[in-house]
Amino acid sequence: MHAESLTMLAYIIAGVCFIMALKGLSSPESSRQGNIFGIVGMTIAILTTLASPMVVNYLWIVIGIAIGGGIGAFIAKKIQMTALPQLVAAFHSLVGLAAVCVATAAYLAPESYGIGVSGHIHTGSLVEMSLGLAVGAITFSGSIIAFGKLQGLISGKPVTFPMQHMLNLALGITLVLLIVVFAVSESSAAFFLLMALAFALGFLLIIPIGGADMPVVISMLNSYSGWAACGIGFTLANSLLIITGALVGASGAILSYIMCKGMNRSFFNVILGGFGADAAAASGPDIGDKTVKSGSADDAAFIMKNASKVIIVPGYGMAVAQAQHALREMADTLKKEGVDVSYAIHPVAGRMPGHMNVLLAEANVPYDEVFELEEINHEFSTADVVYVIGANDVTNPSAKNDPSSPIYGMPILEVDRAKTVLFVKRSMASGYAGVENPLFYADNTMMLFGDAKKMTEQIVQAL
Amino acid sequence: MAAENLAEQAGRVAEKAGELAAVARALAEQAANTVTAVVNGAPAPEATPGPFWYLFTIFVLAIFVGYYVVWRVTPALHSPLMAVTNAISSVIIVGALIAAGPAHFSASQVMGFLAVILASVNIFGGFIVTQRMLSMFKKKK
Repeated sequence: MHAESLTMLAYIIAGVCFIMALKGLSSPESSRQGNIFGIVGMTIAILTTLASPMVVNYLWIVIGIAIGGGIGAFIAKKIQMTALPQLVAAFHSLVGLAAVCVATAAYLAPESYGIGVSGHIHTGSLVEMSLGLAVGAITFSGSIIAFGKLQGLISGKPVTFPMQHMLNLALGITLVLLIVVFAVSESSAAFFLLMALAFALGFLLIIPIGGADMPVVISMLNSYSGWAACGIGFTLANSLLIITGALVGASGAILSYIMCKGMNRSFFNVILGGFGADAAAASGPDIGDKTVKSGSADDAAFIMKNASKVIIVPGYGMAVAQAQHALREMADTLKKEGVDVSYAIHPVAGRMPGHMNVLLAEANVPYDEVFELEEINHEFSTADVVYVIGANDVTNPSAKNDPSSPIYGMPILEVDRAKTVLFVKRSMASGYAGVENPLFYADNTMMLFGDAKKMTEQIVQAL
Repeated sequence: MAAENLAEQAGRVAEKAGELAAVARALAEQAANTVTAVVNGAPAPEATPGPFWYLFTIFVLAIFVGYYVVWRVTPALHSPLMAVTNAISSVIIVGALIAAGPAHFSASQVMGFLAVILASVNIFGGFIVTQRMLSMFKKKK
């Protein structure tokens, strides 16, 4: 067979492997096999490219893969599961930067990719190249900011300033104009100015977005990294890059959509940012002089021991306090007492899609005890106790019955229907949305003030 | 009589042959023109779509495949989904390898080398962390 046909065949096989990798994730049983498909696909893609006649300088390539692979493997093995969101953000930034590097390489040496010669690159290729460059650069700097916010290097609070959206819009328009200028002139000034402005735009797009909106941001950047790969794929006329980029782009877009729906907010509302910045203004319903009932670990242990059905609602606070292991211990002890224990996960709990599921899995909680919002919401009315640990806004009944609340319409876990609600919290402070939670003052609620992990450990002892 | 008929028929056949020859000549001329046009690089009368449209077709179909496959991913595995998509989007290394590949040293090669390192961090890191996550998901004993 012709060498070029062989390459195409190998690329298609790799593409199919990647599709199988995603398909495997439809259930935990098939997921591990799916990951193997992904690894096989990547190996095929790399080996095929190495075999192409244009690639002769193997030494540097092997050194590059060894350095990068070593760093990647080391980080992936050492990372704590609670730090997963910032790891993913950091990885996204690398894809973005790699796209920028490849676009630059293609601009400097177009003959390697068969898209013309320097000074006479095909116009179509110039447009595709500049799109890959711009999206890659935005992905890079945006992910760096997301990483900083998640890692706590910069404040998770939304950073806003006057004329912010106008500035972003102006930058966006300038980017489009620059792409046109570059496609017509192929000038290096336009190329590098485009790169710099795209870096700036990525930075500016993410700083106004607050910490708890990070699930949307990470999903969105995931999507961008896919589109950047697509842009490069079109530039290099490489079908595998286009297929993979489109898969990743679609995946990130769907996740963003699911996250936005979980918060009942439009994508633009999240992207424009500033949510939660005006926390003081939005105090929610007037609580008046209602009193809060608080209890101790012993009280909580007593109530749960005598219950027949307990539902646990974890949130980001559980991840911060690293309370998942203590939580599983508590659940085990309760199960030994004959109590039925299950877990309820809100789609936007945590800092990335599926964050809570991974943490619970890490603590050896079987995945068939963990349920999504739609699966478990009707069960709360038959539960004796709901143990809310590190979650707040996602349980707020105002979202259901107070049209004036900023979070009105957001799907919530209806924990207020249970006989008793145990709320583990450090203080009475409101959640991310800055909305007061009337649940704290409900007659069937008992507040357990303290660190999520310590409180849970105390309950285990009391049991 | 027979001889006259034959002569008449022969005449008609000759006429037809002449017409056919004219048509054949016209066709041949047209073909020759087309060939010259193609050789000269001018677009053929019915231009075939460029490679962009083939790539674009692949692009659109791949988005649809992605859309349907990803909707079937169970929400519990959304974190591994992000990690694995992150790993596979590093297939951009293919472009990096070509840039890093040539024997002679150039600025473009440095860019390629950098991109190979960055993409490799992602490939190894992404697949390993996905594997770590997935190995934790266990069923009730």
